[in-house]
Amino acid sequence: MQKPERSVLICDPTLRDGNHAVRHQLSVEQISAYATAANRAGVPIVEVGHGNGLGASSLQVGLSKTDDLTALEAARKALTSSRLGVHVIPGFATIQRDLRNALDVGVDVFRIASHCTEADITERHMGYIKENGREVFGVLMMSHMASVEVLVEEALKMQAYGAEALIIMDSAGSYIPPEVTARISALVDALSIPVGFHGHNNLGMAIANSIAAVDAGASIIDGTARGFGAGAGNTQLEALIAVFERMGIRTGIDLYKILDAGDLAERRLVESLPTISSVSIVSGLAGVFSGFVKPVNRIAAEYDLDPRDIFFELGRRKVVAGQEDMIIEVATELSGRG
Amino acid sequence: MTPQTKMKVAILGSGNIGTDLLVKIMRSQNLTCSLFVGRNMASAGMRKANDLGVRISDQGIKAIQENPDCCDIVVDATSALAHIHHWPILSAMGKFVIDMTPSKVGEMCVPSINLGNGSASSNFNMITCGGQASIPIVCAIAAVQKDIEYVEVVSHIASRSAGPATRINLDEYIDTTEAAIKSFSGVKRAKAILTLNPAVPCVDMQTTILVQVASPNLETISSSILTMVAKVQEYVPGYRLLVGPLFEDGRVVVTVKVNGLGDYLPPYAGNLDIINCAAIATAEHYAKTRA
Repeated sequence: MQKPERSVLICDPTLRDGNHAVRHQLSVEQISAYATAANRAGVPIVEVGHGNGLGASSLQVGLSKTDDLTALEAARKALTSSRLGVHVIPGFATIQRDLRNALDVGVDVFRIASHCTEADITERHMGYIKENGREVFGVLMMSHMASVEVLVEEALKMQAYGAEALIIMDSAGSYIPPEVTARISALVDALSIPVGFHGHNNLGMAIANSIAAVDAGASIIDGTARGFGAGAGNTQLEALIAVFERMGIRTGIDLYKILDAGDLAERRLVESLPTISSVSIVSGLAGVFSGFVKPVNRIAAEYDLDPRDIFFELGRRKVVAGQEDMIIEVATELSGRG
Repeated sequence: MTPQTKMKVAILGSGNIGTDLLVKIMRSQNLTCSLFVGRNMASAGMRKANDLGVRISDQGIKAIQENPDCCDIVVDATSALAHIHHWPILSAMGKFVIDMTPSKVGEMCVPSINLGNGSASSNFNMITCGGQASIPIVCAIAAVQKDIEYVEVVSHIASRSAGPATRINLDEYIDTTEAAIKSFSGVKRAKAILTLNPAVPCVDMQTTILVQVASPNLETISSSILTMVAKVQEYVPGYRLLVGPLFEDGRVVVTVKVNGLGDYLPPYAGNLDIINCAAIATAEHYAKTRA
């Protein structure tokens, strides 16, 4: 009997997670150029926006160079066959201020996210998108901070709210493959919707973790050009597509053209190629959100502290995404300037 | 005031907020809880009130309509939708109303800012926890810096302190907090962000105020803030300045922390405590001015 052909849906948040790597300074020209290349390569979903998603341009996380609407309009024009996606964190984004505009611009896929234990804050936002007939995915961020059981419980809530897929994020890049296998297997067993994985490369595990996810039944994988993203970067999309080709997994993406998109990203978007820096390794070990690397490095220099000490202290305090102001508090305490 | 002359307060809503308010009123020199109203006699709040010897009713607003003399002040700790229904009834009865919900019906009140301003309103809205924590600081900065371009207020609360109503109403929290910041401080652009943190043991509520201002004078800002913090502490004992003011990456940064009094709610729920302390301060002010 012939083995059924496997396929995976690729979601590319280069123009969203990548914004973390350039302090949310992607320009409208850069957005247009990369969206055009991704569209040409046949990437199914291209996610665009501030690093923390819609409505997150802020002094807390970083002000966007390009406002949400302008960025989405530019991407919408370029994406003639790829679907346009956004990341939405309730608490940052509101329905009236942010989601309505995104609907008007023609966003196709809304990925509504919460910290891994707080799924119930997404119910209203998901409901609104469902009412308006667009596609809704649920996203559980910082998923390493919850047990497998809690993760399943929270994922079931999102499924009940109408999520058409459920993605767990390794926002701190802290997983090793067996941990991914355990979580994805449990989610695939418990849910009736597709399950996805979003990796970060702090410990060099992003591709390996993505493969573990697919082998455990995940059918959606996130990856970005050159790994352009928060901290040590995301799962590198071009490499991922090549690995999937070897594994006989279909993605519908053209290899040469996604390699071209990667080259374009390196020329046009990336300030410095993501590397697994010492600080990113510590971020992964401490289980702290990858997006904290830039502000932690800045504040460590200002306070004459070792950024690694700040990361481990943030890890002890179990900070979550969106708590960037805690970096100053920790630095003030560690430096004795409080 | 002797117990006989304490002003009578009815609490509408027997959830966490209402029950914590009850404990605070029992300690007040000026207020007494004459009626505690819920919808279910078996709820934890109702049992607590009964144990404290307080008259209880499960009849909702009807309990007050049928006993018009039961109270002078009504604290409404139900929901925004319910308050919109309650207000015309209570107004017609001549009650002084303190609204704990984000209904946007009454005049917004931050006791350290506008309690003594002689407003004739008989419906005061307590805004949001983030509003109560941040608006005094924003106003203290605005009082000495006229060129504020933009204010941002970021609150972190313990997941366990955020009940279902808070979770379903994050958008209302954001809208209400932003509108109140602009209205109290006169700053044109404001943004509110709320994050829930599930860490155990639970984290205390804290709020960071980030301000964009062309030429900040940290010394004058600091003395203005210290004066304001002392004023807030008069009615919120657990309110304290944690970080700043300092200037970092083009922003003025101030962080405040709120430890709750641990009355009915645990001490980490400073978010609920601060809004209740503000309500008590408002009720006591009314009681004293009417005494």
